[in-house]
Amino acid sequence: MKLNQNSKFLLAALVLVLLALPFATDALLGRGWVRIADFALLYIMLALGLNIVVGYAGLLDLGYVAFFAVGAYCYALLGSPQFGLHLPFWIVLPLGALLACVFGVLLGAPTLRLRGDYLAIVTLGFGEIIRIFLNNLNAPANITNGPQGISMIDPIRIGGFSLGSTHELLGFTLPSVHLHYYLFLCCTLLVVFVSLRLEDSRIGRAWMAIREDEVAAEAMGINTRNIKLLAFAMGATFGGAAGGLFAGFQGFVSPESFGLMESVMVLCMVVLGGMGNISGVVLGGVLLVLLPEALRNGAGPVQQALFGKTLVDPESLRMLLFGLALIVVMLVRPAGLWPSMQRRRELIADDGVVQQEQDTVYDSSK
Amino acid sequence: MDILLQQIINGLVQGSVYALVALGYTMVYGILGLINFAHGEVVMVGAMVALSVSQLLIAAGMPPLLVLLLGLLVAVVVCMLLGYAIERIAYRPLRNAPRLAPLITAIGVSIVLQNLAMIFWGREYHAFPQLLPNNPHTLGGAVINDVQLIIVLVALAVMAGLLLLVHRSRLGRAMRAVAENPSAAALMGVDINSVISITFMLGSALAAVAGIMVSANYGIVHYYMGSILGLKAFTAAVLGGIGNLRGAMLGGLLLGLIESLGAGYIGDLSGGFFGSNYQDVFAFFVLIAVLVFRPSGLLGERVAERA
Amino acid sequence: MPHNQSFLPLAVLCAVTLVACGKSETPPATPAATSELVVKIGASAPLTGPQAHIGKDNENGTRMAIEDANARGVTIGGRKVHFELLSEDDQTDPKTATIVAQKLVDAKVNGIIGHLNSGTTIPASRIYSDNGIPQISPSATAVSYTAQGFKTAFRVMANDGQQGKVLGEFASKDLGAKKIAVIDDRTAYGQGLADEFAKAAQAGGAQIVAHEYTTDKAVDFTAVLTSIKGKQPDLVFFGGMDPQGVPLVRQMKSLGLNAKFMMGDGGYTPKLIELAGAAAEGTYASLPGVPLAEMPGGKDFSRRYEAKFKQPIQLYAPYCYDAVNVMIAAMQQAGSAEPTKYLSGLAKVSYDGVTAKISFDEKGDLKGGAVTLYQVQQGKWQALQTMGGSAPAAGH
Repeated sequence: MKLNQNSKFLLAALVLVLLALPFATDALLGRGWVRIADFALLYIMLALGLNIVVGYAGLLDLGYVAFFAVGAYCYALLGSPQFGLHLPFWIVLPLGALLACVFGVLLGAPTLRLRGDYLAIVTLGFGEIIRIFLNNLNAPANITNGPQGISMIDPIRIGGFSLGSTHELLGFTLPSVHLHYYLFLCCTLLVVFVSLRLEDSRIGRAWMAIREDEVAAEAMGINTRNIKLLAFAMGATFGGAAGGLFAGFQGFVSPESFGLMESVMVLCMVVLGGMGNISGVVLGGVLLVLLPEALRNGAGPVQQALFGKTLVDPESLRMLLFGLALIVVMLVRPAGLWPSMQRRRELIADDGVVQQEQDTVYDSSK
Repeated sequence: MDILLQQIINGLVQGSVYALVALGYTMVYGILGLINFAHGEVVMVGAMVALSVSQLLIAAGMPPLLVLLLGLLVAVVVCMLLGYAIERIAYRPLRNAPRLAPLITAIGVSIVLQNLAMIFWGREYHAFPQLLPNNPHTLGGAVINDVQLIIVLVALAVMAGLLLLVHRSRLGRAMRAVAENPSAAALMGVDINSVISITFMLGSALAAVAGIMVSANYGIVHYYMGSILGLKAFTAAVLGGIGNLRGAMLGGLLLGLIESLGAGYIGDLSGGFFGSNYQDVFAFFVLIAVLVFRPSGLLGERVAERA
Repeated sequence: MPHNQSFLPLAVLCAVTLVACGKSETPPATPAATSELVVKIGASAPLTGPQAHIGKDNENGTRMAIEDANARGVTIGGRKVHFELLSEDDQTDPKTATIVAQKLVDAKVNGIIGHLNSGTTIPASRIYSDNGIPQISPSATAVSYTAQGFKTAFRVMANDGQQGKVLGEFASKDLGAKKIAVIDDRTAYGQGLADEFAKAAQAGGAQIVAHEYTTDKAVDFTAVLTSIKGKQPDLVFFGGMDPQGVPLVRQMKSLGLNAKFMMGDGGYTPKLIELAGAAAEGTYASLPGVPLAEMPGGKDFSRRYEAKFKQPIQLYAPYCYDAVNVMIAAMQQAGSAEPTKYLSGLAKVSYDGVTAKISFDEKGDLKGGAVTLYQVQQGKWQALQTMGGSAPAAGH
């Protein structure tokens, strides 16, 4: 990849903006928004993971949050007073990612023959199964502490450096949320990098071949079984890693954080941003985390300005506007806000091509 | 023995509720290949509208049966309009868009409907007036009451009616033609848009009926009731083979039975290790097992019958 | 694209909203005089989602306490104080709860009333503790909330351990139940309460013949009730909230399961009677504290609440009301609304609230933890007896 002078400059500017972001946000909007930025990064990781499964390989997964849960609980169980284990972060996090990867294969194996909506419902069921087990494994033997969740989880600690408390570094005061921001930023960049490399690799091309036409892909000598399993495993690994970070950040996990709605939200990020396109998915993640929070502050004052009084509770309007935004964005940009080049070509092409693409990618029944 | 019989009755009643909602899902899916994720919310709107109408009419002193019929009528009309609007606004513009785009608008529509309902009808739970008789009947040691009987019968009647409509009427033929191949159907002079609109309206009318039945049975309505019901019905429709009317009925009844027998006996079967808390796990395992062996559901293969 | 036109207004609305969001915080109402001290009280509960009706009730209770305090004119350390409520929706979501917590901390609140659920209260408590802001939960009952060792965490509600124990003893001893079936809704609240109840009931000599489960979204309980019916219990205990309690008790009756029915504080609501009708007759429920009608100011509180919000008290509004007042009392004693200054006073406070005489033990739990048992008699909640804790000072 060769960069010209211009894009070098842009890249440098981007790096600077990303580095300065927590301080700027803290000063302008308050620390709450730094925390929101942290969550946005976590969700970008999740969305990029799901993008591998849905965007690259075209497998509709509605239970993705299960892997997030596996990673989070792995961290919580091995780094909290629950079992009295306080294993270090750099063991627990990869372990959680690995475990999620195993679960990804476990989910993938029985569903290889399923397509489209049938796959969607099975993955949805899988997500619920994981959640129900987490919610109930407090008896007969107490493993997950059931619905009470696990509290007092160790903060992420690198050597003697704990991200749970404020540090003074090179004259900067770095509160916990800022430290997490930089850690999450590094992880996100790593995930972006891996995604980029995957996209251009043999495996990435195989995934896209399966997405476009599974039968043709198989005829071309692609081992569709292994390649599909690999997609599930890769996606799950990212989900598991993000889960571990979430547990360390929150200090508390409980099954209610891993409901179906979370899976749906992550899917919305991928589709809304632009399936299969990394920049699009990142954009989707940022928007869907920021939007509900932005609406929290906006809905009340706007009513005041328009009607002179608050007609409807701002908090009732918040989710309403969020739903409307989902609809409007999809109507205006059906392929997502920032679709991949390939998909854009498909949309410009005549209807026949699109129809064919729809029929083969997501649904085998026609 | 009477316990087992009671569990089977419980399962059939619960299953009929799922089936009623699942029929609406399957109608739309059959013709468009689209999961209408907002269907559960339409069911909720049907229940809420019927609630408001019946509260008004009861206050005016009308007899329960008339209230029920009027409530049903208004709810059906409102839901049909709503269904039409949803299709026009959220799905039709996306007919040629990537397949997941309408899925996202469907999620958007359900969030919007839920929050609108919260603004209109408030955050509280409401008592649904008792419009149907609920005299208990004893049957070999098990109990079933009138409302429950009516639910089972209505579900069967609705399915039979839909089958007749799809297979014996001109409209039904048009629906099957659109499901089979929209472009060819258009060439044959079928007005695709109106057929799809009618299908949506029919599905939404069914949702209204389902909403009223559910509320009459449980006596309680809430703006959040649609989501879980929609999810279960979706599961049922897939279990039976989505797009197939008989499949929706079968899937609904089966899911109801699996849940009630699962909740009732899973503890005994697993030696007390699992309890009724694993009811849904049990149901999903059955679903996965079925799909592993029959990847398009129990009755999902006869493509010609989709409607 | 012909359809786009119809969306123009919507799009404009969204755009306007988004633009407006740039200016984040609402400007605080300007205090009347410059000498007036502005004290911000943060409150958080779910205001959307399935538990929104209870969350709104909490907000109402908090709001009323703050408006009352402003009306009567409170002085702290010689300065007249204007209280301000910052209420945020936590959506019953632990993640959102931490965001909300951080925002309230950013807004420099002097204290927090919230959250509603244990699942949101616990992760948020860590943030309040890190920033040294006192938090009083009106309704979180999980034992682990105050067991984390945070100095800032308090509650004005009996925890699951305190309440479950009273309920279990009452069922096994006073009601003489020998065979008890337990159902819980697998939420932190329902499971915690049901387990403590079962322990106490067994200690009281009863036998737990069945332990069944449901969810906090279910409406059909016929399957678990049928299998419970086969075990012929004298009493069914449900750990959960009234939206499930209503269909549950109705289905018990229609299945011919004629056992006594008992719930915790989640069942003691006017809605239970309103929605379940005749089926609710005879239902037992508990509520921490002493009956509102027996407390000085209690009757007056419920009358004013109904007049103000056009609905009866749902559940925890009186506890929110007390929580605010306890906080104000501690501020007045310390002569400062600074969290660091009044925090130690809060731990030692003693205050006559509308729900109970409130003081905290070393963990921040309600001391004494009196629990009152109620039964539905002739379509009304009737207080049966108050167990544990100290009796009300003045009962009328």
